[in-house]
Amino acid sequence: MAIPLQAPDIGIARRRSRPGERVIVGLLALCGLLSVLVTVGIVLVLAGEAARFFAKVPIVDFLTGTRWAPSGGRVDAGEFGVLPLINGSLMIAAGSLLVGLPLGLATAVYLSEYAPARVRGIVKPVLEILAGIPTVVVGFFALNFITPSLLRPVFGEGRVFIFNAAAGAIAVGLMILPVIASISEDAMRAVPNALREAAFGMGASRRVVALRVVMPAALSGITASVILGVSRAVGETMAVTIAAGNTPRLTTNFFESIQTLTAYIAQTVSGEAAAGSTRYQSLFAVGATLFVITLGMNLLSIRLVRRFRQAYQ
Amino acid sequence: MSQNPLTLNHDVNDATRSAGPTRRPEVPTSPDIAVVPDTDPVFQISDLSFFYGAFRAIRDVSMDVRGNQITAVIGPSGCGKSTFIRCLNRMNELIPGTRVAGRIDYHGQDLYADDVDPIEVRRRIGMVFQKPNPFPKSIYDNVAFGPKVNGLKPASMDDLVEESLRRAALWDEVKDKVKKSAFSLSGGQQQRLCIARCIAVKPEVILMDEPCSALDPLATNRIEELMIELKQDYTIVIVTHNMQQAARVSDRTAFFTAEVSDEGRERTGVLVELDRTEKIFTAPGDRRTEDYITGRFG
Repeated sequence: MAIPLQAPDIGIARRRSRPGERVIVGLLALCGLLSVLVTVGIVLVLAGEAARFFAKVPIVDFLTGTRWAPSGGRVDAGEFGVLPLINGSLMIAAGSLLVGLPLGLATAVYLSEYAPARVRGIVKPVLEILAGIPTVVVGFFALNFITPSLLRPVFGEGRVFIFNAAAGAIAVGLMILPVIASISEDAMRAVPNALREAAFGMGASRRVVALRVVMPAALSGITASVILGVSRAVGETMAVTIAAGNTPRLTTNFFESIQTLTAYIAQTVSGEAAAGSTRYQSLFAVGATLFVITLGMNLLSIRLVRRFRQAYQ
Repeated sequence: MSQNPLTLNHDVNDATRSAGPTRRPEVPTSPDIAVVPDTDPVFQISDLSFFYGAFRAIRDVSMDVRGNQITAVIGPSGCGKSTFIRCLNRMNELIPGTRVAGRIDYHGQDLYADDVDPIEVRRRIGMVFQKPNPFPKSIYDNVAFGPKVNGLKPASMDDLVEESLRRAALWDEVKDKVKKSAFSLSGGQQQRLCIARCIAVKPEVILMDEPCSALDPLATNRIEELMIELKQDYTIVIVTHNMQQAARVSDRTAFFTAEVSDEGRERTGVLVELDRTEKIFTAPGDRRTEDYITGRFG
């Protein structure tokens, strides 16, 4: 026997169609779609122009060449070995990590495990302000303070270039410090107190609790913060353009001037590379390289975060 | 149901408890049938008060905790049982803004004296918590953690881990998978792992803060049996909501209650009485205890 589908009348209103709701859902979906479309569009443009560039400059030469010397303006000549630029970006990333990681982690441990609530209430907002300083200001600070008042007096006028990788790396390190500190601190504070109590209860000191209980339990969040920091360092443009210079150079000397992938793009875009010239197209090749690096980093971070994620109920 | 919901078992070592709640416990006619020896006191607590900021959580608690016995702390919610037990290993002072008044002597030494290292206190006076809280590490590493961070250098860590797990009656269940995550264990096994972890640092006292409240009756039973075994070597203080549990395992029972202040806003825990468990449950000295254990209150 078929059961009548009509609801018995128990005072509940019958199902109604709500056209307004559908419109809103549609609009929201469109917004979501927009970001996907923009991403796809950027990737397509990057890939298209980069392909034209690689038609002129073999991709192997591009990836293995050790000299980056695009000729100016309208002449289709020059050398396009991207290694010096990658090297510059990696130097900034590594150097900034050297500054930002220990300071950021120490800050996070202090805030999460040691600081009284009052101190944390002051330090955390200050960190957020530090994260909010425009990068161009940080770069300017590096050029006008870090290099002349810090690096040169310590390491010698003659050794330290006016534009140098160290200043850029320190500047970027200061920028990623709040990122690492803030995300790591959130991860550490999310570790349940029961774990701390367990360790304290068997005679662990605060240091042991922080370093051997809380940090391992928060490792996935800490890893995420570090990768985010590195991504930010690799993508950072203004501060390194100002502080680290624009001299593509395959070096390991932090006191020399270098050029990063991003700085090259900034410099060339504001220059006079004619549309369609090799130099113009090289922008897209460098952009695509940058994109691949950050994409790889994001993928790596997802994997690491999964791997280190520890369930703690 | 009878008027008394409690089941009192005099032979606490008897694992096959069958007395249901309907059978009234046999009350011994002579006060010294269940012999509770007067062992030396491990803790001598006098006029202990504890404050969270301005709020006084417990007031003027004075009692002894005797060695190689199980002392149960019972009482209604909010009577400061947990606060009290956490004073015994100085866990409370990890909470900012707290303060202790009064005195706790541990083997005659003032536990809160300036030159006493709280870390050493907590190593000697171990703790098992309400919810099993193993570290997100392997079973083995959970047990080895304490000895490692305390700089204990056993001849063989493997042996120490095995011995601790054996003492916690867990070894047979985990011996083939000690490298597996502690979270692969059931709740009751995790709690025994926490006991093993506590034992591994060779404490003298084990404080248990409602160790079975998150466990099912079977797992609870195992923990209770374990406690009775462990009191040969350790002094145990257990906070429990479960009066039957106190009656089953403990030698002495302290009954706490909450006194409501004049304004009716603050609830301060006070010790009503401490006596042999059997006495508390059959012939309590205070009306409030009797009301509580017979279910008229709480």
